[in-house]
Amino acid sequence: MSATCLEIRNLSAVLANGQRVLRSVSLAVEPGEVRALVGESGAGKTMIGKAVLGVLPLSVRIVEGDMLLEGENLGRLSPKARRTLIGTRTALIPQDPLTALNPSRRIGPQMTDRLVRILGWNGERADQRIRQLLEEVQIRDPDRVLKSYPHELSGGMRQRVLIAAAFAAEPRLIVADEPTTALDVTVQKQILRLIAQLQREHGTAILFVTHDLGVVAKISQKVSVLYAGKVVEEAETAALFAAPQHPYTRALMAATPRYTDPLASLKPVDEAVLAGLAAEIAAADRAWRPRHG
Amino acid sequence: MDEARMIRRGLGPRLWLAGGWLLLALLAAIFAPLVAPQDPLAQDLMLERLPPFWMSGAEPGYWLGTDSLGRDLLSRLIFGGRIAFVVAFAAAFAACLVGSTLGLIAGYFGGWADRIISRIVDIWMAFPPVLFAILLVAVLGTGLSSVIIAIAVIDWTRFCRVIRAETMGQSRMDYVENARIAGYGRIGIMLREVLPNVVPSIVALLSLEMGIAVIVEAILSFVNLSISTDDPTWGGIIAEGRLSIHQAWWVLVFPLITLILTVLSFSQFGEALRARFDPVLR
Ligand SMILES: Nc1ncnc2c1ncn2[C@@H]1O[C@H](COP(=O)(O)OP(=O)(O)OP(=O)(O)O)[C@@H](O)[C@H]1O
Ligand SMILES: [Mg+2]
Repeated sequence: MSATCLEIRNLSAVLANGQRVLRSVSLAVEPGEVRALVGESGAGKTMIGKAVLGVLPLSVRIVEGDMLLEGENLGRLSPKARRTLIGTRTALIPQDPLTALNPSRRIGPQMTDRLVRILGWNGERADQRIRQLLEEVQIRDPDRVLKSYPHELSGGMRQRVLIAAAFAAEPRLIVADEPTTALDVTVQKQILRLIAQLQREHGTAILFVTHDLGVVAKISQKVSVLYAGKVVEEAETAALFAAPQHPYTRALMAATPRYTDPLASLKPVDEAVLAGLAAEIAAADRAWRPRHG
Repeated sequence: MDEARMIRRGLGPRLWLAGGWLLLALLAAIFAPLVAPQDPLAQDLMLERLPPFWMSGAEPGYWLGTDSLGRDLLSRLIFGGRIAFVVAFAAAFAACLVGSTLGLIAGYFGGWADRIISRIVDIWMAFPPVLFAILLVAVLGTGLSSVIIAIAVIDWTRFCRVIRAETMGQSRMDYVENARIAGYGRIGIMLREVLPNVVPSIVALLSLEMGIAVIVEAILSFVNLSISTDDPTWGGIIAEGRLSIHQAWWVLVFPLITLILTVLSFSQFGEALRARFDPVLR
């Protein structure tokens, strides 16, 4: 049994004005597993991903908690060692495939660069690897794509390129931050299927950020439900859908359209549920004292 | 990409006209001794104030006429171009190097570096530029290198401001974050990822700055603060032409046209180059 791929313990973060954005978040991703992180806009899903990858905005400060990547406590490492660990063991599949690619550099060098400079591969090996991955994401004309600039590709193609780039370095953990939100509905399904397929074949653990319970059901084995920076429920995905425990999760499910019956019983999250949540969070905040900071 | 294509189509003739004029003027300046029909310094009182070639009283070989000392105007403009171009290139490159480097650092690193650099720029820009230039040359003494230094010292802020803002915008893009996740060093990201994206603006500004340097050099010559008075300069010729405007308008008008065409061409050429260098517009 290998170490847990990613373990977040009690992570709290505040903005410069003291406002809490993460409230004692704990979650774990086992090797080869997909953990969905679901919640509405502003819940702090992206913040958690950025905290793990070490790219939090300067205005956000971690005030307590630990993050362990394959058993290594990120907070205890020197900045350089942390960068190297994150750079070699993780990758990001971003939300917006256009800005995630450098507009002034061709796709090919952008993709091979990381393998050559971070993993120390030679150029030929990197090139072969990239071509193999482009094939896996079903890009049929790799020569053209490798020579293109990002703006010359469609949104779907760019996201395929980024998926290929993320898997190319064989990371142990991929953070996928709403990887289909910026795409056409028709392309969304293909991209989702592609990520699921590569995940299975490569056995990569994924922290999959989304606000869409439909996506959660399709791709993940475990799920954490986030509200206002607090994990309100966590469960195996099947169990969550069978018997959601927290009123917020139930309300969220009621607010998600079903493919079988898209118009049935669609209702916004109940006022009473939100009021209950607000009280829950206020109580937790009153009880909360950061251990350091 | 329709918009991009429109921009490119619009820039086509401008690029060729501006580039063509600059190339012509530059070649003439480089090969001045070969192409100038006369010695630009040779005075001949018998030939004073000859009109340009299409007017009656013109002499063959003196295409644009002569000034009040009988010196050939075309030859003086061609030789004046030498100083104009040397100043344009040297001053613009120096201003660009200093300003772009500081702008890149301020925009990319932010924080203290940005606060210090931006404050210096603010203070610098509080001085009226032409007065600043005159003051500097007065202190440094006249001469080619003082003029170049003066222009660079004054105008690096133009590069700094624009490049800082652009770098800041680029630094917020996800591809920079991606590079940080991959573990690239800060300076590596600045030079390899961000810099290529601000190069189009640097190129456009560089060309614009060359035009500005030409003007400033002309102004300095005009107020007699530039190079030695013997060598013809566009500003110097304009200053002389102003005195004889009623007897020989051409001595004022032709150098003015030359100056304006050159300055306009530099700025148009810069815009066209920006579009060329920008992969999104290309
Ligand atoms: N750069 C920043 N500086 C300060 N606060 C920020 C910054 N970015 C986001 N926030 C705040 O942090 C909170 C969490 O934001 P986050 O982006 O993690 O939400 P999210 O769950 O990813 O939402 P979405 O579904 O819209 O992407 C929000 O309240 C947001 O306003
Ligand atoms: Mg987000």
